[in-house]
Amino acid sequence: MSATNLLLVTLGLALASFAYGRSRAYSVARLHGGVRSMHSLPSHYGMMVALWCALPALAIIVGWKLFEPAVVSSFLHDYIPQSVYEAGEKSVDLYKNDIGNLVDSHAIADIQDPEKKAAAQQLANLQHTSSLALVVLALAAAIAGASLALKRIKANTRARQNVEKIVHFFLISCASIAILTTLGIVLSVLFESIRFFQEVSIIEFITGTKWSPQTAIRVDQVGSSGSFGAVPLFLGTMLISFIAMVVAVPFGLMSAIYLAEYASRPVRNICKPLLEILAGIPTVVYGFFAALTVAPALRSFGATLGLSVSSESALAAGAVMGIMIIPFVSSLSDDVITAVPQSMRDGSYGLGATKSETIRKVVIPAALPGIVGGILLAVSRAIGETMIVVMAAGLAANLTANPLEAVTTVTVQIVTLLTGDQEFDSAKTLAAFALGLMLFVVTLCLNVIALHVVRKYREQYE
Amino acid sequence: MSDTTTKVRASLKKRYAAEKRFRFYGITAIAASIGFLFILLFSIVSKGYPAFQSTFVKLDVQLDSATLGISETPTSAEMRAANFGGLIKQTMRERFPEVSSRGDKKALYQLISTGAEYQLYDEVAADPSLIDTTISLWLPTDDELSALIKSDADLSNPDSIVTRMSDKQIAWAKSLKDSGQLEVRFNRTFFTNGDSREPELAGIRAALMGSAFTLLITFALSFPIAVAAAIYLEEFAPQNRWTDVVEVNINNLAAVPSIVFGLLGLAVFINFFHLPRSAPVVGGIVLSLMTLPTIIISSRAALKAVPPSIREAARGLGASPLQVVTHHVLPLAMPGILTGTIIGLAQALGETAPLLMIGMVAFIVDIPASVTDAATVLPVQVFLWADSPERAFVEKTSAAIMVLLVFLVVMNALAVFLRKKFERRW
Repeated sequence: MSATNLLLVTLGLALASFAYGRSRAYSVARLHGGVRSMHSLPSHYGMMVALWCALPALAIIVGWKLFEPAVVSSFLHDYIPQSVYEAGEKSVDLYKNDIGNLVDSHAIADIQDPEKKAAAQQLANLQHTSSLALVVLALAAAIAGASLALKRIKANTRARQNVEKIVHFFLISCASIAILTTLGIVLSVLFESIRFFQEVSIIEFITGTKWSPQTAIRVDQVGSSGSFGAVPLFLGTMLISFIAMVVAVPFGLMSAIYLAEYASRPVRNICKPLLEILAGIPTVVYGFFAALTVAPALRSFGATLGLSVSSESALAAGAVMGIMIIPFVSSLSDDVITAVPQSMRDGSYGLGATKSETIRKVVIPAALPGIVGGILLAVSRAIGETMIVVMAAGLAANLTANPLEAVTTVTVQIVTLLTGDQEFDSAKTLAAFALGLMLFVVTLCLNVIALHVVRKYREQYE
Repeated sequence: MSDTTTKVRASLKKRYAAEKRFRFYGITAIAASIGFLFILLFSIVSKGYPAFQSTFVKLDVQLDSATLGISETPTSAEMRAANFGGLIKQTMRERFPEVSSRGDKKALYQLISTGAEYQLYDEVAADPSLIDTTISLWLPTDDELSALIKSDADLSNPDSIVTRMSDKQIAWAKSLKDSGQLEVRFNRTFFTNGDSREPELAGIRAALMGSAFTLLITFALSFPIAVAAAIYLEEFAPQNRWTDVVEVNINNLAAVPSIVFGLLGLAVFINFFHLPRSAPVVGGIVLSLMTLPTIIISSRAALKAVPPSIREAARGLGASPLQVVTHHVLPLAMPGILTGTIIGLAQALGETAPLLMIGMVAFIVDIPASVTDAATVLPVQVFLWADSPERAFVEKTSAAIMVLLVFLVVMNALAVFLRKKFERRW
């Protein structure tokens, strides 16, 4: 039975036990003089039985499916020929994959190599046993749970509390998933990074200026030890983010000021959603736009001025990223500007200031902390932005501050290191996790500071 | 008049000018931002609309069993081995008998798409009685020829045309066009095929199905979990340290770069739990972790908007805290929650970077049939095609972007509609 069918059967059992539990509750109630004499409503009793039926079975199915592949593959060890082990871990994985594919396509009978055939046969047996065991265990758990709960349908059983306790626990665990996610991110990135820093010193990573992550494929290969100095990546990221902010902050801020202070209601109602559309466009679209429209345009424009602009210039990627961030800056600034109390503006008008003077000398200084917070959030977004730079920025790690040249960024390197062939133990792939750790830490710090500043500012005027 | 008044009067002109300038800057900023939007959309649409059409050539194919190398009542194995490509080449040679040199013949064959033989195979496999008859078929042409015909270029003047085709090929194209054998039609292949190395055969069906499966998983996981989390935090959570930690965490997660979620998916789901690479199920899990904060935050806002008097009335009538929520608060907050969910899903639909990390960048020809099949999604397909060197892929990419944007517009419009229609002001 496939996992989907098993899930469906379990759900069917749960539904049936709900109906049965409820009718059982009605019949118990009749003995005691009606539903009023029961502690809980009949549907609560039904719910209790259904939950006791479904939850243990579901837990078994999910746990089984999560750990089954690892366990099955460890049972396979004895069946893999010694020669494969000697060829290294990668070939073991390949061998296992191969066997898995053969079993999946029901082609065991066609295998020529007797050792392979035995291994495939063993894998097929293991999978069969495992799925059979799962079905038996899960259904047994479901039926046992349901019958236990059925026994507890009595007039004084606190079924509602029982059900609500389970639901409450479910709610808490859902809320905790956010924590688990953060924990998962930190642990997964941290562990791989630690393995990376065992191979490459952290000092070299943070201060080195040469980035070429090609490691040797053969041991005796010349000149490919790989160097992991990430400074060019950090500088490239900063350069592109800086260009993005140079575009986004003036446009975003002025748009926000105009929409909040000058625009009439109809204009605001039209322009605001239009700006929001910019935020809703997928980043891969911006990347395509940057690589195929903006970069060639900049290049030919540069050529008319006699400048040589790289076709993967930081300027193109940064400018398009800036366009993407405009609505982000404008909507955050809009919020803080409208939060400035009207009385402050009135006071300024009363002293004879013009509208623009009021905005520049009163409203903006009052809203400044909030605006800065918003800009910090925008910076963190620019640093973490991936698709635009993957498509429009370069791959070569140049140490330059010239926006017309190609630079690479942290996110570009993570993508290039992790797509394509992977070996999980090489310094090359581990480097991606170290870069991910840097990215996570930096954006987290920016976010924490920004959220703190914005919240402080909001409290000030509440 | 006092001294100060004179000074103020004198400075007025300058101050009013500054006022006007400031206002002008504001208008410019908005106009420029909206201008960027239109330039972006215009550049995509103008590049992409030709991809919705493709050119077909009408050929009278004589289904000669000898050329095909099959008997008159072929078995399916015979059919699969049949030489349909040779038959099409022969038909082209018969159409242009003057072509004799090897190089020219090769150039001639290039006009027809490699997909033509599969179409021919499908026709004959569906009706074997066609063998040894002559049928007239519209077959797909090569992408270069297709682009040439769609551009409405003047074929009698080859020098004016920018194309990779040779002058001879253009002359043949002109001959075909003059005899009414070329026709531009709606490109159905684009919506029914998976990816292909040949631009004229590449379609978005596989990516669309991949996106649908991924989004389904994302919805199935993130909606219940996010609503439950929002209910707990808004209705039940005690004011303590733990709750604070959870709240700060959710706000921070909302701002974590999406690629970091990809690293999480790679390290935990693929390397640790050994879930299948490139599968929508893993993509869906990763994207649901990513959209959870968005949905939680908007669901909390929707729950908060339900006035406390509703809760008090229900409590007063003897409902338990959970009954208050499930019977009263949740139904009233549902439109707001759904709006937030749709917006979160729209975000997930456009997301690319985390999916690159978990291997959904594979070259997928087959349409995925389940959530564990290798698949790609629409934005990743855009990314893959954007990298392809063939010129025809540029229009394919733009067309795929247009389809993606249509989906996003529909989802967001649905969200706005839900909000407008069901939102209650208390």
